[in-house]
Amino acid sequence: MVLKLFFPQCCNTADSGLLVGRWIPGHNSAVVLAVIHYPFIPGQVKKYLSELQSQTQVDLTVLGSWSMPKEGQEGMDSFLKDLSTIFPQECWLQLSREIGKRGFTCQVVQNNGRLLQDREQKNGEGDKIILIHYDQRKVMLSQLHPVQDVGQKSDVEASELRLVFQTVAQSQPLFFLDKYDDGPLKLSHWQSEGREASIIAELLKQASVPVCIFLTWLLSLWYWFCMVLKMLFISSKLSTCVQSVYRAVHFRTVFSPKKAGTHVEFMRKANIFVSFLVDIALGLLLISWLYRENRISKLADTLVPVADRVAKELQELLEWLMGAPAGLKMNRALDQVLGRFFLYHIHLWISYIHLMSPFIERILWYVGLSACLGLTFALSVLSDIVALLTFHIYCFYVYGARLYCLTIYGLSSLWRLFRGKKWNVLRQRVDSCSYDLDQLFIGTLLFTILLFLLPTTALYYLVFTLLRLVVVLFQGVIHLSVDFINSFPLFAIGLRICRPYRLAEGVKFNVLCQEPGTPLHLMMEINPLKCSSVLQCYRTPTYSCYPKDSWAALCKKLFVGELIYPWKQKTDKTD
Amino acid sequence: MAEEEEFTDINGNSISLDCQTHSAFCREFTVTSPKLSLRKVMVCTCFIWLFAYAVFFFTENTTVLSSAIILTLAGMMIHIHFVKVDHETLLIIGSLGVQLSSSYASGRESTIFIEMSKLKDIVINEAVYMHSIIYYLCILIKDPADPETVASVVPLFQSSKPRLNCLVHVYRSCQEILAQTS
Repeated sequence: MVLKLFFPQCCNTADSGLLVGRWIPGHNSAVVLAVIHYPFIPGQVKKYLSELQSQTQVDLTVLGSWSMPKEGQEGMDSFLKDLSTIFPQECWLQLSREIGKRGFTCQVVQNNGRLLQDREQKNGEGDKIILIHYDQRKVMLSQLHPVQDVGQKSDVEASELRLVFQTVAQSQPLFFLDKYDDGPLKLSHWQSEGREASIIAELLKQASVPVCIFLTWLLSLWYWFCMVLKMLFISSKLSTCVQSVYRAVHFRTVFSPKKAGTHVEFMRKANIFVSFLVDIALGLLLISWLYRENRISKLADTLVPVADRVAKELQELLEWLMGAPAGLKMNRALDQVLGRFFLYHIHLWISYIHLMSPFIERILWYVGLSACLGLTFALSVLSDIVALLTFHIYCFYVYGARLYCLTIYGLSSLWRLFRGKKWNVLRQRVDSCSYDLDQLFIGTLLFTILLFLLPTTALYYLVFTLLRLVVVLFQGVIHLSVDFINSFPLFAIGLRICRPYRLAEGVKFNVLCQEPGTPLHLMMEINPLKCSSVLQCYRTPTYSCYPKDSWAALCKKLFVGELIYPWKQKTDKTD
Repeated sequence: MAEEEEFTDINGNSISLDCQTHSAFCREFTVTSPKLSLRKVMVCTCFIWLFAYAVFFFTENTTVLSSAIILTLAGMMIHIHFVKVDHETLLIIGSLGVQLSSSYASGRESTIFIEMSKLKDIVINEAVYMHSIIYYLCILIKDPADPETVASVVPLFQSSKPRLNCLVHVYRSCQEILAQTS
């Protein structure tokens, strides 16, 4: 079997001492975490290791000895061999390095005294050793993907590399002791040159807890207000309310005073926080653009003429439908009835808009200020304004659809009667039925009437459905961009670009050229995650579910005349 | 110890195989594809620019010319950075794993490492494509839930596509190492 030793790069030039680390269970490998230098008292070493073991839940042991002899330290070798009796192990490693040579030599002593050396033997027997150098700080900070929780009991055994990464990440308390500490032990690891800290970071950490508590209290008020709003039916239709509830839920996660436990929670918090900041910044930018040169008043001034224009166009459309649209001949009476009905609606709508027009500028001015809550809010408000202004189109669509739907149902039922069949409600199927003569007569009459009225209702339905679809398309584009801003993981992408070793997909090995007689030396580097995987992994889930209907189902609904609701949002209660 | 012999890929272009033995259980195989041919690049560029000049002749619009230049440059950069593979390497380390790496003409390297615990076997598979049978070397990955089944297949040397004689060399060396260390 091949023995694999993970050796940190920072210890390449360390003075002689004891190797401290962990044997990886289940695989024939060991991770070296630090080197304890001479002089030391073995009792204190054992005490320190047991303290750390209880603190970090990692079973740290003395793995062996490391010798890099300087001038005047020739007697080290025999001293090192005697150490194996003080720290009884199954396997004792003796790594040594000479100044001027790049390769290490390694000897493994088994418990029963059998010495196994890394020399090529004729009969092919004997253990072989691989020394893998790794950058301790990067491996400690890095997270292997796909992420598996540490405490999670999974039926899949963790792979060797995952265990190595976990060991180094969990042994953080081992790296707190640096060379300026006055303790009895002198360690060598990546931080032994001195721990780095920044006063600003420490102050922010101290200040963050009371700030978080205060913000959580504020947010609970907002959340209660949003819950009250949710009771109203209309709030689920207005995307602004939905967006504010969604943001409130997010802030509860971000500002909770509890520190993020796992990597996934931490990334989620950081992503939400960063995307919220960027949202606010973009919103403030929008406000500064809108309110400079009083653009918002100009916008409000053009709003009423635009609404008027839309209403006028609709009127002309209806006049066209009431005549001979596209050369088709309509049923004169039905045409006039429907046309006059819709024209009266438009007349009501125009009067309503004219009633509101003196207040529009003030309302818009205050509503524009809400963009300081974020660009997503501004876009949601825009979507709601568009929905309100085109409410009459929505109403026309509903009327046209209902009428058409009734016509189609009537036609299908009477067609069945024509053929002598009937819909069995109990059995949910079509059964044959014998009708009386007068039933058949009236049925056929009604069928003919509905059939000849069909083109008129179908045309009105078609025109209003197309108008409604245009509005839905526009709202859909706004909705998509809000969704994008909400779910894009900015922090994760920034981390991937600036600190690529934090998000690791795997590792890379390079063979280091070695001298003959030394074991194989490999350099392990971190292979960062691809950007597309980062997006997939860390996308913040949003509240919208894309239309459940496939295109075929949508076309069928349109043909039959059922009302379509393309942007259904996820609701808490099950309907 | 390095070896170089004459091999070709499935289309008949000449490739080279370099086999390095770092230790008794660690070997590295590099398959080098033929480099980007200068003649092809010049022909392509001339074709596009003559076409753009012809369009400019009729429309008298200089944006056609500048867009042709930008298009050619962008296309060339995309080709050497994302499409043209210079060499592919297979590094097999007994009892640790197998590393596959593709190096592109612009110097970019994309690496995958497969641990030994996930690796079931390395085999030569044959694929029937239209009228020809193509041999390819592939790694069989174990299903973590059921060690006997094959979860997925990772084909090796996909850009260089060496022929069977080259694959047999690599296969034999890999099987030696796998037999030694498991």
